[in-house]
Amino acid sequence: MTEIRLETCALSRRFGALLALQQIDFKLAVGARHALIGPNGAGKTTFINLLGGALPPSRGRVLLKGEDITKRTQAERVKLGIARTFQINRLFRGLSVLENVCISVAERVGAAPAMFYPIGRRTDVIEESMQLLEMLKLTTIAEHRVSELPYGRQRLVEIAIAIGSKPDVLLLDEPAAGVPSAESHIILDALERLPEHIAILIIEHDMDLVFRFAKRVTVMVGGAVFAEGTPREIESNSQVRAVYLGQAGHG
Amino acid sequence: MSIEAIPVEPPTLKHAGHAAASTLMRRHRLRWWEASPWLAAVAFYFAFPDYLGFGTALLITILFALSLDLALGYAGIITLGHAAFFGAGAYTVGLLAFHGIWTEPITSLVLAALAAAAIGFASGLVLLRTQGLTLLMLTLCTMALLQEAANMAHDYTGGFDGLPSLDIAPVFGVFEFNPLYPDTQYLYTLAVLLVCFVFIRTLVYSPFGQSLTGIRENLLRMHAIGSPVRRRLVICYTISAAIAGIAGGLWAQTNAYVNLSALDLDRAATVLIILILGGYGRLYGAFLGAIAYLALEHFLARIYPSAWQLGLGLLLIFVALYARNGILGLGEDVWRRYRAGRASQ
Repeated sequence: MTEIRLETCALSRRFGALLALQQIDFKLAVGARHALIGPNGAGKTTFINLLGGALPPSRGRVLLKGEDITKRTQAERVKLGIARTFQINRLFRGLSVLENVCISVAERVGAAPAMFYPIGRRTDVIEESMQLLEMLKLTTIAEHRVSELPYGRQRLVEIAIAIGSKPDVLLLDEPAAGVPSAESHIILDALERLPEHIAILIIEHDMDLVFRFAKRVTVMVGGAVFAEGTPREIESNSQVRAVYLGQAGHG
Repeated sequence: MSIEAIPVEPPTLKHAGHAAASTLMRRHRLRWWEASPWLAAVAFYFAFPDYLGFGTALLITILFALSLDLALGYAGIITLGHAAFFGAGAYTVGLLAFHGIWTEPITSLVLAALAAAAIGFASGLVLLRTQGLTLLMLTLCTMALLQEAANMAHDYTGGFDGLPSLDIAPVFGVFEFNPLYPDTQYLYTLAVLLVCFVFIRTLVYSPFGQSLTGIRENLLRMHAIGSPVRRRLVICYTISAAIAGIAGGLWAQTNAYVNLSALDLDRAATVLIILILGGYGRLYGAFLGAIAYLALEHFLARIYPSAWQLGLGLLLIFVALYARNGILGLGEDVWRRYRAGRASQ
């Protein structure tokens, strides 16, 4: 049995009359490459919001390395090693790619509250940010303003900012969403270069990407876990094909 | 959180030569043209000795606009009530001097900054939970409440009539404030502006300033990278309030009076217009905006005294439609195109 990094116990979330998530028991192993798939409205993004602390659950618990973090705020969870990306880009659009990453790195190393010396003197922050961009093959566009980049590159900056927090758990909400299919390989390339020990949970509609990247897949339908298994098991599961893969096709 | 999450070599700075890295590492360095506003201010002193009263007002307006730039331009705090802090500083100086409690100018300014900072901190704790239109209205309300309080506390503040003929002690006990020859006022204000500017400039290029820019550019993302957003905003708002308080204190000292206009919506709106005109989030936008505004006021009022603000309104529409980053933003665009043109040759 591999070591569990992140775990939920009977996690539920209600929006008024709508039970968006019901009784989710979920385990994410150290170094996992775990995909979360399911039709629209299945509660996938809500689940990520609960894991990251952007939303509180109505019931249930979230455990990180066995420790209950249900009551922890989003900022505290980032410090504990949970980072996320967004389905729609949330970037510092007016700033350069390097600055985008620097803001994240400066926050993590505790440099951000400093008022009396310029950020340019924190060569450690800048150097680390550049190394991170190098890992994601973004150094050539480090000086570009984010708003001037093609969408696919912007998605990579989205991931780079999250990695700047040095997470143990990375929650990726549709990293390839909106990226033209001709470019979607750059997302996969980048994901494959991420450090192995990071536990990655990815929501994605691009099934090629899911089946190539993920080692484990959870199917969610109507706010509940419908099936879980290896990509091969899921692909050959006739019920899953009926509710999702057959109809949704390759998004 | 494990430090080993990503293998990072010790900072050997192998990327320091990269264009993006070296730009960021040098961005805070002083450039030659940054001396020009100060040289111009000194030149103004010798060239226009008869206009030093006007010059003093201009310098105070620049300082006030700079304080707003920190909150609005850098941190993206939408406010229409910044005169609350200008007024708090002005009344602090005014009340202390009028009632004969304290007249030493420099320490008075420190007290003005502290009073304004206290109001900024207390109101910021509440206001900065909100955003957008709600925030705008609440800043407006704070200012209106203060103005009404100053109006009602007639026994202390003089109410509508204000506090006239303030007796301010000489600077360093030597240089007197003479209403007919405002040399002292001008140089004193210039010195205070310089000190405050150095502070603000340091702040905006610091990691803290960078994180404020992050909050302005994407609030949700700052939450998602674990930034204590509200704490940063309250600190920024408090500092901005303190500087606005210093501007207000200078205004009270150099005019030797305080009245309710210090807390007026008119003043808050004017400084906002100045910042938009000059270019917000840009440090020197406050300088250009203040000069442009006062020059416009001067010339338009001469051409069309009864409705000079019509011209200002038209100009603002132009800026809002075609030059979102103000005069300075336009200049930056032209400069960028010029450099791009030269590079492609």
